Amino acid sequence: MSAIPAIPPAYEGEWRTPYRGKVAMFGLIIGESAIFTIFVVAYIFYIGKSLSGPTPQQVLEVPIFITICLLSSSFTIMLAERALARNRLGGFASWLGATICLGLIFLGGTAIEWHKLIYGDGLTISTNLFGTTYYSLVGLHATHVIIGLAMLSLVFLFTLAGRMGEQHAERFAVLAMYWHFVDAVWVVVFTVVYIIGR
Amino acid sequence: MAENSLPLPGSIDLAPERESTSSLVEWLHEWVVTVDHKRLGILYILYATFFLLVGGAEAIAIRIQLAVPGNHFLSAQVYNRFFTMHGTTMVFLVGMTYIFGFANYIIPLQLGARDMAFPRLNAFSFWLTAFGGLLLYYSFIGGGGLYGVGNAPDVGWFAYAPLTARAFSPGHAIDYWALALIVSGFGTVGTAINVIATVISMRCKGMTMMRMPLFSWLLLVVSGLTLVTITPLTAAQFMLLIDRYLGGHFFDTQAGGSAVIWMHFFWIFGHPEVYVLVLPAFAIANEVIPVFSRKAIFGYPAMVAASVGIAFVSLSVWAHHMFTVGMTSFSNTFFVLSTMLVGIPTGIKIFNWLATIWGGKIRFATPMLFCTAFLFQFLIAGLTGIMLSIAPWNWQLHNSYFVIAHFHYVLVGAIVFCIFAGFYYWYPKATGRMLSETLGKWHFWLFLIGFHVTFDTMHFVGILGMPRSIYTYEPDRGWNTLNFVVSSGGIIQGIAVLIFGLNLVWSYFHGRGAGNDPWDAWTLEWDTTSPPPPYNFAQEPEVRSRRPLWDVKHPEDPDWEYEG
Repeated sequence: MSAIPAIPPAYEGEWRTPYRGKVAMFGLIIGESAIFTIFVVAYIFYIGKSLSGPTPQQVLEVPIFITICLLSSSFTIMLAERALARNRLGGFASWLGATICLGLIFLGGTAIEWHKLIYGDGLTISTNLFGTTYYSLVGLHATHVIIGLAMLSLVFLFTLAGRMGEQHAERFAVLAMYWHFVDAVWVVVFTVVYIIGR
Repeated sequence: MAENSLPLPGSIDLAPERESTSSLVEWLHEWVVTVDHKRLGILYILYATFFLLVGGAEAIAIRIQLAVPGNHFLSAQVYNRFFTMHGTTMVFLVGMTYIFGFANYIIPLQLGARDMAFPRLNAFSFWLTAFGGLLLYYSFIGGGGLYGVGNAPDVGWFAYAPLTARAFSPGHAIDYWALALIVSGFGTVGTAINVIATVISMRCKGMTMMRMPLFSWLLLVVSGLTLVTITPLTAAQFMLLIDRYLGGHFFDTQAGGSAVIWMHFFWIFGHPEVYVLVLPAFAIANEVIPVFSRKAIFGYPAMVAASVGIAFVSLSVWAHHMFTVGMTSFSNTFFVLSTMLVGIPTGIKIFNWLATIWGGKIRFATPMLFCTAFLFQFLIAGLTGIMLSIAPWNWQLHNSYFVIAHFHYVLVGAIVFCIFAGFYYWYPKATGRMLSETLGKWHFWLFLIGFHVTFDTMHFVGILGMPRSIYTYEPDRGWNTLNFVVSSGGIIQGIAVLIFGLNLVWSYFHGRGAGNDPWDAWTLEWDTTSPPPPYNFAQEPEVRSRRPLWDVKHPEDPDWEYEG
């Protein structure tokens, strides 16, 4: 070791790399976006190409209430995130609970809508192209809502058990990223299905 | 030690040796439950090598069938299954798994990290991929389904609609195919996310992005590309399953659906996939060529930029697989031009490799031999690619053996050659023993000769009009001699691969000891022992340039004095 005369300059400043969880969630979101893109493209491509009814104009109603619920859940989860970062666990539990409730309302609204479409209007996934593309796109999104709700509920249970604290703020932020993504996708799905496609 | 944070090889205390496991069951159990990136990397590579032999055997069977006209070695049905399984196996179970095997093993070592960012996700992804492969091959047994018709999938690796519809493909073969690709696709996405997180977040102190070894850089680009490439295929497979199981109409032309949109979805996956496979080959060449030319890589920033450029351009070229479908002349022109555009960044890379070799003190050890052959073959593959990108030429030769020859030039001539180079280069690191150079030279020359006999000749059969995917042909077409030559080249390649397999096994027991740094290389993986201890580095390294070991070995002339 003494054979080394030169001392290289040390790296100046603190060595910091981004939090791996956030990077990974960002990657997952990119991948998921590509999946949704394909389903959205298929939906747009098949607008008006169904050979038989019912058509979107006849059966779809714009789900304004549940849309508002889902979008505001992005706001509540942000408040939950902040509360957790400041270690205000009471506030965290209530905002998290509110987020879960809003998500459940959204899912309930979708359930009612699908029930009406299936039993009222006779539209199933095999009825026509509209049914195929509609149920798969909205269903794909609803699946993501369900997964998000499952994870949020898990965190909620941990909170009730008193296992959550400030130290989990960074991890919870990763989950919040996913939830924001689910909301953002709904904006696209809503625009395509209920505005352009109708 | 105090004045130098990067320990000289062997100067650090190693982690204590693992106690030798007493029984076979314990040993197996350790490998199954492992989350160590090195073990998972080896599992990936063994898995890929196994399927390389399986897919290779299928290729040999195909070539035996085509060696003479009117042959009855395989029936038409079995032939269709074999070329479908050959393509699917080689792309998804061999190519992708080799890439992620090498990525798993090398990246944390190169970055000076102790493991991947998410070790358990890593294990999960591997086992998903492994299960996907089993699912695909189980179709040989279970694909008959309740109706007893159908066996392994026989629809070509791109599985064009409506051939995959229930009416035309009864039984469960297509379902196994779709599910296998969905499952292994999830595994692939998991590993891609893991690689990205590792490269972004796990770099050791001082390793800025522009000091990162090019292998890690390119695998970062590949993983990003994988995220937007594999997922459209997954989406399309879901649609296919919805069509087959829930009575959907995505690709059902009788209900207004479109068969062409499957083509678009498939090739939106399929073409970037070629770059997902070939960029890791570049990555291996980026490590091997400088070390065996004894020069730093020429044009490091240009290499990075060209890789990112290839990734972007590759997303907008997919419909050059579809010129014969009948697109508008605007689409044709767009895809002709975008395809030709790929030639620019790849050209930059070829010139940079040549400039790296230029004036170097070249050592033609086996890894360098494979990389040299890769340079020539990839150039030819690129040139036939430019030919095929011209729409009128493509109309003439689409789905002929010229196309087959072109993409095998990329997949074998570039990718497989570089994977072999990577084997010879990193095998000493993983096992502590060198691969035999004598067997390596036999392997190289036989494989090179076999490759050229097969695939050079295949271009001519294609120009003479032989279409792909036919199980036999009439003797009066003028293809007889050429086909026989192509097939005999296949046998030579098969022998070369067997020699390679022999080398892997023989050298594991009898190879020359490698030491930590047999190639006098410069990246961090050569700083630790061979094989590396469980957590790679006893002391986390700190780097100051792109070639940290050069700085240690040549303190009078360190790289960090020159790098901006």
